Amino acid sequence: MKIEVLGMGCANCNKLYQNVLEAVKMSGKEIEVTKVEDIKKIMGYGVLSTPALAIDGVVKVAGKVPKAEEIHGWIK
Amino acid sequence: MLKQFAAYVVFNLFGLEPGTHLGEAMNFFIYDTVKVFLLLTVIIFFVAMIRSYFPPERTRRILSRERQYLGNGLAGLLGIVTPFCSCSAVPLFIGFVESGVPLGVTFSFLISSPMVNEVALVLLLGLFGLKIALMYVGTGLLVSVIAGIAIGKLGMEKYVQDYIYQMKVGSAEIPQQKFREKVQYARDYTKDLLKRIWPYVLVGIGVGGFIHGYVPSDFLIKYAGPGNPFAVPVAVLIGVPLYSNAAGTIPIVQALMGKGMPIGTVLAFMMAVTALSFPEAVILKNVLKMRLLLVFFGIVAVAIVGVGYLFNAIL
Repeated sequence: MKIEVLGMGCANCNKLYQNVLEAVKMSGKEIEVTKVEDIKKIMGYGVLSTPALAIDGVVKVAGKVPKAEEIHGWIK
Repeated sequence: MLKQFAAYVVFNLFGLEPGTHLGEAMNFFIYDTVKVFLLLTVIIFFVAMIRSYFPPERTRRILSRERQYLGNGLAGLLGIVTPFCSCSAVPLFIGFVESGVPLGVTFSFLISSPMVNEVALVLLLGLFGLKIALMYVGTGLLVSVIAGIAIGKLGMEKYVQDYIYQMKVGSAEIPQQKFREKVQYARDYTKDLLKRIWPYVLVGIGVGGFIHGYVPSDFLIKYAGPGNPFAVPVAVLIGVPLYSNAAGTIPIVQALMGKGMPIGTVLAFMMAVTALSFPEAVILKNVLKMRLLLVFFGIVAVAIVGVGYLFNAIL
């Protein structure tokens, strides 16, 4: 499984990244978390608002910062 | 009922004398604080609920079918209800242009979205009344439509950064939230936003309360009052480099109005601060060539100055 945090480095993107790390820790799984900051790649996902979150290439949420518990629900 | 509550707190609990400067200022402060925070909580929550039905992906779909004029008006209106933060300006701009939304219509959206929002509406409503709040929203829309049409008419498509036209935008289906989740998000959003803006709001009300209870000086009147025809453009020029959201401008707005600066000049200042800023220019430089960036700032600034004069003339 891999999680991508899409965003060009705004404050909310960092917050989302932290929440993802926390969720991964909760799940106890080995999950690859990457930040995608290249606008071309972000647009490739069809996302218009950042931060956004993609799990295995599927966009789960855009323009919001879900809580760690919520992200945990998607990856467990 | 709020009035009685505020009076009770100030004159009975704090034991201040009615009629004194301090007493009246405190009374005004408490009354306004309670009123504004109640309004903020209710309206931010309500707007957040509406917004959850207008994600930018949907707004883009609606606008890509629209042409000039009607499209500009619609973009201005959608700018109010589509959630937007300046950090999303780049993907949003690319997504709009790529899906065939005309450039001018895209700009109408980009102008109205940060300028006309629920926080500005509530604060103006709570502190200056319905008339001024509606005037701000109405003319904010007007500025976004006029500036958008002007940019569209200038045919500046070639001054968008070249790479944007080569971009391929994917079409992700962003999962729709259930109603319960929307309520949850709206609640969290309201809490977060209030947490972020409360200091500005308090200071803003405090400044107002202070001026209410004490005698306003006429220092500003002399330089920025109705007698000075250059007050509006100067206020806009001062406002452009400043960067703040609507809440952050309220303390200054309160102070300026209290000192007798005319409403048009004050609203023009507020619009300039929220709609145009250096950080925004830096972000937009990613998608616009310098020429279009300057034209954008120029047109919006001129439109805001026009609105300032209009208000000063009719009020």
